[in-house]
Amino acid sequence: MSATPEELKERIEAGIPGSRAEVTGDGHHFNAIVASPAFKGLTRIAQHRLVYDVFGCEVGDRIHALSIQTKPLESENYP
Amino acid sequence: MSENPMRDAIQNAIDENPVILFMKGNPDQPACGFSARTVAVLKALDQPFAAVDVLPDPRIRQELSAISNWPTIPQLFVGGELVGGCDIVMEMFESGELQQVLGIETAEPAKAPEPEPATPQTPPLTIENRL
Repeated sequence: MSATPEELKERIEAGIPGSRAEVTGDGHHFNAIVASPAFKGLTRIAQHRLVYDVFGCEVGDRIHALSIQTKPLESENYP
Repeated sequence: MSENPMRDAIQNAIDENPVILFMKGNPDQPACGFSARTVAVLKALDQPFAAVDVLPDPRIRQELSAISNWPTIPQLFVGGELVGGCDIVMEMFESGELQQVLGIETAEPAKAPEPEPATPQTPPLTIENRL
């Protein structure tokens, strides 16, 4: 079964505390913009790893490609 | 020697090459858009780099990801450290951080290059008519 942007969004938001995700994609290639206070103080590599870790081995397999943009937030109180 | 010669070989390649890109295909013929974009950035900076094609043997990718704790290809290493995949390399290129990591001085603000078409890089032939 192929993945949907909605599924990815839900799993990212459930997997990373306080995060908001916008996900687009065609079932194989996805783009995720993820904002979270959990990224604060982490290197980009570590921020992206948090997102990849939500999906584990599915990245490169069931989720063929996942492009990520991360945005560290000061706190969970954002508009 | 450990019991995993493939992993040792990959680790050695990372340690021995100041700038090394693990990619799909080779720099002249990338086999994936993400690899193509990453190569295009390095070429735009005139940055020499070693390149390893992960496609010939699935174990290369398996062992690489085990070393780097990073699931996707391409992966760029500088000075033995994982810098990132295509997204991070592009972001860092545009912000100038990549140039810093590579020790390149640039005067102009960076602009993302287009990946080169998969054609050989010979200049177009011109035929001179001497008649």
